[in-house]
Amino acid sequence: MADRITRDDVAYVANLARLRVSDDELDMFTGQLAAVLAHADDVAALDTAGVPPTAHPLPLENVLRADEPRPSLDRVEVLAAAPAVEDDRFRVPPVLGEAP
Amino acid sequence: MSSAENTARGIAAAVRAGERSAVDVVEEHLARIAGREGEIHAFNEVLADEARAAAEAIDRGDRSGALAGVPVAVKDNLCTRGIPTTCSSKILEGWRPPYDATVVSRLLAAGAINIGKTNLDEFAMGSSTENSAFGPTRNPHDTSRVPGGSSGGSAAAVAAGFAPLSLGSDTGGSIRQPAALCGVVGVKPTYGLVSRYGLVAFASSLDQVGPFATTVADAALLLEVIAGHDPMDSTSIERPAPSLVEVLEAGVDGLRVGVLREMVDAEGIAPDVRRRTEEAAEALAAAGAKVEEASVPAATLGLSAYYLIAPAEASSNLARYDGVRYGLRVDAPNTGLMNEASRTAGFGAEVKRRIMLGTYALSAGYYDAYYGKAQQVRTLIIRDFQAAYEQFDLLLSPTSPTTAFPLGAKVDDPLTMYLNDVCTIPTNLAGDPAMSVPFGAGDDGLPIGVQLLAPALGEATMFRAAAVLEGVAP
Repeated sequence: MADRITRDDVAYVANLARLRVSDDELDMFTGQLAAVLAHADDVAALDTAGVPPTAHPLPLENVLRADEPRPSLDRVEVLAAAPAVEDDRFRVPPVLGEAP
Repeated sequence: MSSAENTARGIAAAVRAGERSAVDVVEEHLARIAGREGEIHAFNEVLADEARAAAEAIDRGDRSGALAGVPVAVKDNLCTRGIPTTCSSKILEGWRPPYDATVVSRLLAAGAINIGKTNLDEFAMGSSTENSAFGPTRNPHDTSRVPGGSSGGSAAAVAAGFAPLSLGSDTGGSIRQPAALCGVVGVKPTYGLVSRYGLVAFASSLDQVGPFATTVADAALLLEVIAGHDPMDSTSIERPAPSLVEVLEAGVDGLRVGVLREMVDAEGIAPDVRRRTEEAAEALAAAGAKVEEASVPAATLGLSAYYLIAPAEASSNLARYDGVRYGLRVDAPNTGLMNEASRTAGFGAEVKRRIMLGTYALSAGYYDAYYGKAQQVRTLIIRDFQAAYEQFDLLLSPTSPTTAFPLGAKVDDPLTMYLNDVCTIPTNLAGDPAMSVPFGAGDDGLPIGVQLLAPALGEATMFRAAAVLEGVAP
């Protein structure tokens, strides 16, 4: 059984998930996530030694198709949905550091 | 609403025979929408002009389709080319997909008419449709109550007569629970029977598209149209769509039906819901089925396992909303801050909650205790269902623990809201089909649904029993 989730844990995962969370929200989410995780203690405490995990309900195999050219989504239509575009590419602010 | 001329089968037969025009059918439904949509809010967008144009094209051209001239409401997490697809989230507000979901293409090819995109809990995360960024949907039987969720708009649209059919998606009960609360038929097909191409992903190993209808036969007809292999979905099962309409009269004589003890006796099942489930069991026995008690012990762990697995998959799937290629962007000095600002402004509280829960369950130090354990529990649930299906052809349980609850009753307490899904979740974890069939009303006069569960690809048997229950429902 894992320890109770803390305010710091929630702040840490919010950052991993690229979400900004206010102090009030941190308090709210910490309590709510703790309640859900406490309900999951029955799972966390279960002895499952030797039970294989299931990631997917179907016995999946790689699905291959013939490597033949075929039409794809229309570039103009796809770029039209983007917030910012330049020279037929998605435009984003600087990836490293501050804007000049 | 289920008089023959208002059913999808009745409408399609009349349009094919030239006895009714698709334009008249569409106008009748738009008039019903105009009458009650203001108080119900089933739709994010009613496609009145598009529906009229599509109806005219059918009247002028090909009227031979299985769903010729039948209006269908489409959950707003299914991509519709050139038509906004929002998932009831601000992060996708105004986004127009460049392609149709396979289920939408198949509907249109069968002559159906998309009459509107229906409201949902944001990204299908919820059990009441109160988590929509565009406001809640209300239950047509009592507008102070929720319609259930997450496909609450699709369930309410059919219950209100806005369309004889609708499409929803079911990750942990999001078709069956609102079907029960709105008094309509709702089906979660076998995982892989219906293509997920163009269904905006929530939890990819659990999500499945399925039908809502006022009658079992209409649900069978719609499932026949949308089912079948699709090369665009690598998890699609390589076999043809099953024949369902033709088995509806076959009855249940000799079928072995197990009443799922763990679910009938689960904490929180209301006495009137339990009573209706027992009555449904008696009705199947009276029709010739061999009805006995059944047990799927690991199902009691389903809710806990689901609320680790589904958020974990969601946290990964929703990483794509980064303000770069489509959807909301909030400007910031660099890309990392732009990603964060866009996601913070675009997602509602329940989506944030599940993303953080999933990120936590997958994070170093907690992966084994939570996500890993939940995947092992999933194996135990599958084994227990398999053992039950060695003894039984079908299982029976309640769909939802209670009838429709008042708006606002559970919205501040996520765990209480999650408990709505206790009877529906185990099926998604197992990948099996299940459906909710209306079976009378509760002490408050609101609809109750019972759930039929079948082994993978057991839809035909499931629909036979559903037709029997429909015929004798109180």
